[in-house]
Amino acid sequence: MADDVLRLEKVRKSYNVGRPNETEILHGIDLTLGRGEFAALIGPSGSGKSTLLNIMGLLDRPTSGNLFIEGHETGSLDDRALTRLRGRSIGFVFQHHLLITAFTALENVMMPLLVERGFPDAAMKKRALDLLTALGLEQWQNHPANALSGGQQQRVAVARALAMEPALVLADEPTGNLDTKSAEGVFEMMREVNRKSGTSFLIVTHSLEIARGCDRTIELVDGQIVPAGAVPAAA
Amino acid sequence: MNRWMPFEWIAALRFLREGRMQTLFIISGVSVGIAVIVFMSALLTGLQANLTKRVLSAQAHITLQPRDEIARPLRLGGDDLELAIVQMPLQRVRSIDQWQALMRVLQDDPAIVAVSPVAAGSALAVRGDATRAVSIAGIEPDSYFRIVRLPDNIVAGTVRLSSQDIVIGTELARYLGIGVGDRLTLSAGARTSGALTVTAIFDLGNRQVNERYVYVPLRTAQSLLDLIGGVTSIELTIADVYAAETVARRLQPMTGAAAYSWIATNAQFFSAVQAQSLSSTVIRLFVALSVALGIASVLVVSVIQRSKDIGILRAMGTSRGQTLRIFLIQGALIGLVGAVVGSALGAGGLLVFHDHVRQADGSELIPLVLERSLFVAAALLATLTGVLAAMAPALRASRLDPVVAIRG
Repeated sequence: MADDVLRLEKVRKSYNVGRPNETEILHGIDLTLGRGEFAALIGPSGSGKSTLLNIMGLLDRPTSGNLFIEGHETGSLDDRALTRLRGRSIGFVFQHHLLITAFTALENVMMPLLVERGFPDAAMKKRALDLLTALGLEQWQNHPANALSGGQQQRVAVARALAMEPALVLADEPTGNLDTKSAEGVFEMMREVNRKSGTSFLIVTHSLEIARGCDRTIELVDGQIVPAGAVPAAA
Repeated sequence: MNRWMPFEWIAALRFLREGRMQTLFIISGVSVGIAVIVFMSALLTGLQANLTKRVLSAQAHITLQPRDEIARPLRLGGDDLELAIVQMPLQRVRSIDQWQALMRVLQDDPAIVAVSPVAAGSALAVRGDATRAVSIAGIEPDSYFRIVRLPDNIVAGTVRLSSQDIVIGTELARYLGIGVGDRLTLSAGARTSGALTVTAIFDLGNRQVNERYVYVPLRTAQSLLDLIGGVTSIELTIADVYAAETVARRLQPMTGAAAYSWIATNAQFFSAVQAQSLSSTVIRLFVALSVALGIASVLVVSVIQRSKDIGILRAMGTSRGQTLRIFLIQGALIGLVGAVVGSALGAGGLLVFHDHVRQADGSELIPLVLERSLFVAAALLATLTGVLAAMAPALRASRLDPVVAIRG
């Protein structure tokens, strides 16, 4: 249990609670993600993947049930404590909005550290530069974020997600907007980070190719986890 | 990134820099608003100072005089009056009781800068066949010139007031056809002065004063007005001219004399000045309001444009407080930079106005008053306005749900 990065117990999520149009999206999710796991979360549109990802990323609260991040129960935490825990333990990679365009690639990677520590310092810069170098992006470090290609931006976003050395990276369709070659590159890069650093990854994807490249596939259908089984063959 | 700069400042500056056209336009708007405020304030300060100086050039801030004599109705006993109609008595020229002792008390008052006794009354100035009704002011030059700067307004001769000297105004000199060194006689009722020599001619910028007032030594006036050893008024200059009415009210019961402030004496002028200040304040308030609305509208748009950035920052651990501060800092910076540019524009406008808008004789129309406090106040006002204007958009940004913000 102590090695669990993420644990959900009977997590339910409803919208419009107490109103006639109350709708339950997640119906008692039980899920555990171990340290170093590289997992895919798949499911049809409207199955509740994004809602589940938001709850796991502490961006949203469940209506009921328990959520543990690195063993910390999160239900009793206030907004400030949740924000702090999110910043330290969880890295995000988003599909659509990748980087903050007001900053350079290097500054984007430094951003989580800057938010945490308040003032920029040399160690912060070195950490960001090391990450960019490891991901083959050192020559783009001073480029404005919007001057990079989609693939480069997504790789910078992965570097940013890793800046705080989080226990868990949640990636929402990280290759959804990329061409095949870039998508493969980004996926391989995440895989490599996982192998080297032991950071857990949970990747929401519609791509069966991506899912097959993961150690584990979690399938969500109609707000419920489908018991573990074979991933359907690619069409 | 500067090492000394906190995250919120870095983010605020970058957001302003990225939306540089938007930033440029709003700073220009704020600058114009501040320039108007600085220009109007300085102009009004100069104008009022000039008007007040002119009004006070020939009069004291406060004048103490004997109280009016009143008739005492005869009583039959109890509340019954013997006469129902009481005629107001004639007001004689009277001296202030114990005026020397009163002078010492007044000289020790911290609000009072200068004190001078005056023996004043009416007389006729006679020069040959020409006569003119005048007001005599018998003064002690040393103390009186600290109240009315007569030596600064002399157009001919030198102020010298020995027992047979007199100083007159330009209009009276013209009417009587006399100049420095000429002689005239003053006649007050049955008493007549000897021949007095005109030692100087003044111009106090007021035709009435220049025509009606003559200055003689205190003893000469006392003798002429049958007021031996007495004075009809004590004139005062105080540190804060606009506190004259308050000080006068305080002195009245303390001295037992009637105290008249220049504000009460020039009530119409003072109410005009106040109306001018009020209208100017209203205009400045509306300018400040439009500046605030401009800043707020730009930042509201910025929050909408940057909602995804805000969502990302929140996901990375940025607290609501940090998000709030990022937008408050933007408001403050817009206000401050606008204030600096606007102050420079306002000061430049004042210099141009001062140089090009002159009186017919080429002298300045309105004195140029550029006080450091005005610019400091403008900077503080604009920065505070910027912060207040940014409050609503900043709160909106800090309350954004990161899930909704990222989804856009």
